[in-house]
Amino acid sequence: MAGNAPTGFRVELGERDPLVLDAGQKLGPFTMAYQTYGALNADKSNAVLVCHALTGDQFVLGKNPYTGRDGWWPLMIGPGLPLDTDRYFIICSNVLGGCMGTVGPKELDPKTGKPYGLGFPFITIADMVRAQAMLVDHLGIDQLFCVIGGSMGGMQVLEWAVSYPERVFTAVPIACATYHSAQNIAFHEVGRQAIFADPDWRGGSYLAEDTKPRRGLAVARMAAHITYLSEAALHEKFGRRLQHREQLIYDLEDLFAVESYLRHQGEAFVERFDANSYVYITRAMDYFDLAARHGGKLAEVFKDTKTRFCVISFTGDWLYPTSDNREIVRALNAVAANVSFVEVKSDKGHDAFLLNEPVMFDTLRGFLNGAARRRGLIR
Amino acid sequence: MSPRRTNGPSHAIRADQRLIAGMVEPGSRVLDVGCGNGELLELLAREKSVDGRGIEIEQDRVNAAVARGLSVIHGDAETDLTDYPDGAFDYVILGQTLPEVRNPNEVLAELLRIGTRAIVSIPNFGHWRHRLHLLITGEVPSVGFVNARWYTNPNIHPCTIKDFVDLCEELGIAVERSVQLNRRGHAVRFRGAGRFANLFGEQAIFLLRRQR
Repeated sequence: MAGNAPTGFRVELGERDPLVLDAGQKLGPFTMAYQTYGALNADKSNAVLVCHALTGDQFVLGKNPYTGRDGWWPLMIGPGLPLDTDRYFIICSNVLGGCMGTVGPKELDPKTGKPYGLGFPFITIADMVRAQAMLVDHLGIDQLFCVIGGSMGGMQVLEWAVSYPERVFTAVPIACATYHSAQNIAFHEVGRQAIFADPDWRGGSYLAEDTKPRRGLAVARMAAHITYLSEAALHEKFGRRLQHREQLIYDLEDLFAVESYLRHQGEAFVERFDANSYVYITRAMDYFDLAARHGGKLAEVFKDTKTRFCVISFTGDWLYPTSDNREIVRALNAVAANVSFVEVKSDKGHDAFLLNEPVMFDTLRGFLNGAARRRGLIR
Repeated sequence: MSPRRTNGPSHAIRADQRLIAGMVEPGSRVLDVGCGNGELLELLAREKSVDGRGIEIEQDRVNAAVARGLSVIHGDAETDLTDYPDGAFDYVILGQTLPEVRNPNEVLAELLRIGTRAIVSIPNFGHWRHRLHLLITGEVPSVGFVNARWYTNPNIHPCTIKDFVDLCEELGIAVERSVQLNRRGHAVRFRGAGRFANLFGEQAIFLLRRQR
């Protein structure tokens, strides 16, 4: 594969066979933006699909040309790292509904010539995975050696394992669950309402009207960001420390360090993310319920699976706690599937999967090496 | 200092693990309950090409086992065996930990629900030295552990070879083979698992099968 263009690869998919969405609409042709790292081997058996989380993107390594930010998984992917680019061919695509090049609400609707806005069809995690499968087809790959991701990425991993079991040799869902809980839906709804409440949202058509719901999206991000951390992490990082002040003041200016931090997080997020994408993707996560879509019995969805699973959770994650991850393990055990399960001790909260967690890396290195030997990728 | 097992789990293959491995047919499906760092599973994968799984209660050992490329989950034998379907494995192995569980009879029954056969090893509290220890010192022996007092060692259900054989009979479990081990974990030959074995076997390994 030749080197990436500065803004990455793009491909038109679904021209002949459009993507049929869970909501009923057909999408196609549509653009999918993706990155690859490493080289595909001759028998195309070393491909790894990395699924990104809610606000992630396809730029796992190097600089993101749109935002100038560093890739989001540099400790996991690269030469000599658990997802070794000298051994594996890494693929990461921007999800359906995203805002880094794949079709989403900010792209132009060919029918109207204007940005889709709320005219974009509603999407699900399964739709995202169907689109990824079309990309994997396009790359001429039958079976992925591994599908891996954390949080919403983990949901996609589970969906892959259920929808295309024969195409997934190993599946690594990290810090996720088989359905989106009431608490998690509630947090998402707070974020969406913050966006809707911003007058600059303009009923979703802010791009056509040349505005941006900056306040609303920033508040959504601030609320969500709290859920990605743990109380211990917040306490350790900020405590009740004051920002640029010697003593308490009695007004509403920036006072506590944690306030300042959250405001910064909100402002930075607005620069790189589209509000409607946030609305659509959070909605897709809320719809997610593997068992409900497959008859209600979770174990049934994994019946006869040959995929080797490695489930990883973090003790400090209260968004997708170990108990949620263990549900996946229980369902896999109920069909005597091949599963490993590790709970990593960490007080860094849900975001731990993005951070330096040596136990996670050691675990994955061992798991992937074991599977690679079976797949003939290590002799 | 917390109690430490006199014979592992360590990184070395224990003599009793070799004997257990010897009871497993090549290419079979195996679940090792309380698999530690996965030494036995690794041995079975390497020498018997088994399709092996493990369940371990100590998180650090789970992490170590998975990092070795083994399929191991964090779980508790007392609560998590119920997840597995009937007859999912050819062999379910339980090494040394039966005296440490709250309901040994239920765990034993579960082993033989999810496995066609079970391989169970136990420390024998009926060994003459333990009997003599209690008789002479008047203190309960902390069998299988060093640095342990009666209130710190994990043995909540001490049993003898005779106790175990009686329980199997009660549960309708057939003993296909039994091996007694000496202090160093090497097999010693006694006929059957009778009184002699109960007095002179330091540990015992049983190959069990469902009878009814």
